[in-house]
Amino acid sequence: MAQLTYREAVAAGMQQEMRRDPNVVFLGEDVAAAGGVFKTTVGLLEEFGPKRVRDTPISEQAILGAAMGAAMTGLRPIAEIMFSDFFAVCWDIVANEIAKTRYMTDGQVTLPLVIKSGNGAGARFGAQHSQAVENWAMAVPGLKVVAPAFPADVKGLMAAAIRDNDPVLFFESKSLYAVKGEVPEGEHIVPLGKANVIRQGTDVTIVALALMVPRALKAADMLKEQHGINATVIDLRSLVPLDTQTILTEVAKTGRLVTVEENPRLCGWGAEISSIVSEELFWDLDGPIVRVTTPHIPLSAANNLEDMQLPNPERIVASVRQLCD
Amino acid sequence: MLEKRAYDLFMQNMIKGTSHLALGQEAIAAGFGLAMQTGDYTFCTYRGHNHTLVRGVSMTEILGELMGNASGLMRGKGGSMHLTSVKHNVMGSYAIIGAHLTIANGAAWSAQYRGTDQVAVCFFGDGTTNIGAFHEALNFAVIWKLPIVFVCENNLYMEYTSIYDVTAVEHPAADRASAYGLEPVLIDGNDVDVVYRTAMRALDLARKGGGPSLIEAQTYRHGGHSRADPGKYRPDEEVQAWLAKDPIPSYRQRLLQLGIGESEIKKIEDETKAQVDAATETARNAPPTPLELAEKDLWADGGSAWRN
Repeated sequence: MAQLTYREAVAAGMQQEMRRDPNVVFLGEDVAAAGGVFKTTVGLLEEFGPKRVRDTPISEQAILGAAMGAAMTGLRPIAEIMFSDFFAVCWDIVANEIAKTRYMTDGQVTLPLVIKSGNGAGARFGAQHSQAVENWAMAVPGLKVVAPAFPADVKGLMAAAIRDNDPVLFFESKSLYAVKGEVPEGEHIVPLGKANVIRQGTDVTIVALALMVPRALKAADMLKEQHGINATVIDLRSLVPLDTQTILTEVAKTGRLVTVEENPRLCGWGAEISSIVSEELFWDLDGPIVRVTTPHIPLSAANNLEDMQLPNPERIVASVRQLCD
Repeated sequence: MLEKRAYDLFMQNMIKGTSHLALGQEAIAAGFGLAMQTGDYTFCTYRGHNHTLVRGVSMTEILGELMGNASGLMRGKGGSMHLTSVKHNVMGSYAIIGAHLTIANGAAWSAQYRGTDQVAVCFFGDGTTNIGAFHEALNFAVIWKLPIVFVCENNLYMEYTSIYDVTAVEHPAADRASAYGLEPVLIDGNDVDVVYRTAMRALDLARKGGGPSLIEAQTYRHGGHSRADPGKYRPDEEVQAWLAKDPIPSYRQRLLQLGIGESEIKKIEDETKAQVDAATETARNAPPTPLELAEKDLWADGGSAWRN
């Protein structure tokens, strides 16, 4: 095991796969010489050279189009969209082209590509550089969607995403980049579509993703210590494929479900999970399913406003207590 | 001939949805089709029936895809606007303006990376020159010196609006070339010999590592933009003038002048008509697409599951 930051784990996952497969190439804005604006790809240019690690102009459509065309002709590209908010300027390539081409061509085209992107709030960047947009991607058939919370999962899921033969959107939590964690040395793979039960409880199941996972864990500690409530915490890790079996199994044990998501309220991924559990596990529930989300407003830049908007441990605790009372 | 048949089949309600014919623009597809090598990649638009045909895709598969049945190139999952045949290196017909220029760059990048001598050829209409992806793709192709040929088929109308009414320059592609350090290339897109020679030069340049070309081929579509459009916004005299420049009869005339016998040309025409007839019958009588295909091939594992 090595102690790596979340951002170092991004590079570690890419490095592992680039050493293994010469068809893995990487492109994006400021990713090569600068090592990425978030320093997630430091050292890759030096190790793999300018033919495999390439800086691009500020042209998100051209970046993702190039990744798609390369993937359909034998390469396994990784493309970076610097801030996930910028998916809005290249969503045609993602939603109309990358997501649909295999299906429309009756399976003729295979698109083994990864789009990595800095996602989510907490850094006071304001409404256009802070959004958690993984639910946009989840809404489009044909995209796999991953959002890790811990450095070990970052490395392992990145490796799995690169080896996967379908397009994977890899959402990195900007607010977690500096967080350290144990990461296995040597080859490490975490399969896509497997949720992780990181804390086992008896009273309520909290389902979270990415930045919300450490907050849910903190809330679970507070619930135990201050209120005697034992919470299960599930780190979803992938939204597509979605590990519904783990969710259903754990919720069946506790009878209560709270989802914690960074998305704004309407059509966040928690709503989909709430729908699945209410359809398939209704008679095992001891209370309503509760969603903790960012309110349905743009994010603010000011410290106090952004802090108030994002779900935090205190808000999670309050929601769980209300449900368990 | 194939597209005229497609038009007839529309009129008989055998083809639903929409379709965009390139009647009058055939010389561009023919000239490039002949100049391209087997390994070269074709990227075209929803007006891509001819570009697909010239790479060797069968008429039956094209008509079958338009009719949406099991004989179709994608068994009806794509439709007229998305003809793709990877085994012929027809890497797709794209229906969102501009997108495929960026995707064609990717195929060219891949060829460059893998060290092959393949070239990507990307066809698009005049209207594409006003969308952002066109400009992103050209800049990108030039700075990476990609083996790609961009071909603007300028048929004078974006959809229902004259391209001159909505474009800052007279020649929508050629006049933009200098912004990307490219030579402006403006040709008669109705003269198949001119198209062929221009294509050979651009393909050769790309193959030798000389980077991209941007070609504007002036042409005209004889019909409207799509099935729904009778094209009445175009002045009669303009239509008549361009009908007189129809590339197919013009080339027939040239062949006669060059000493090719009338009987020889007639023989080719008859054979082609017989092929179109046979393809029509096969496609018309093909079984419907199996319903289970709706759930297939979203993912590389052949399925479409999003949950366990």
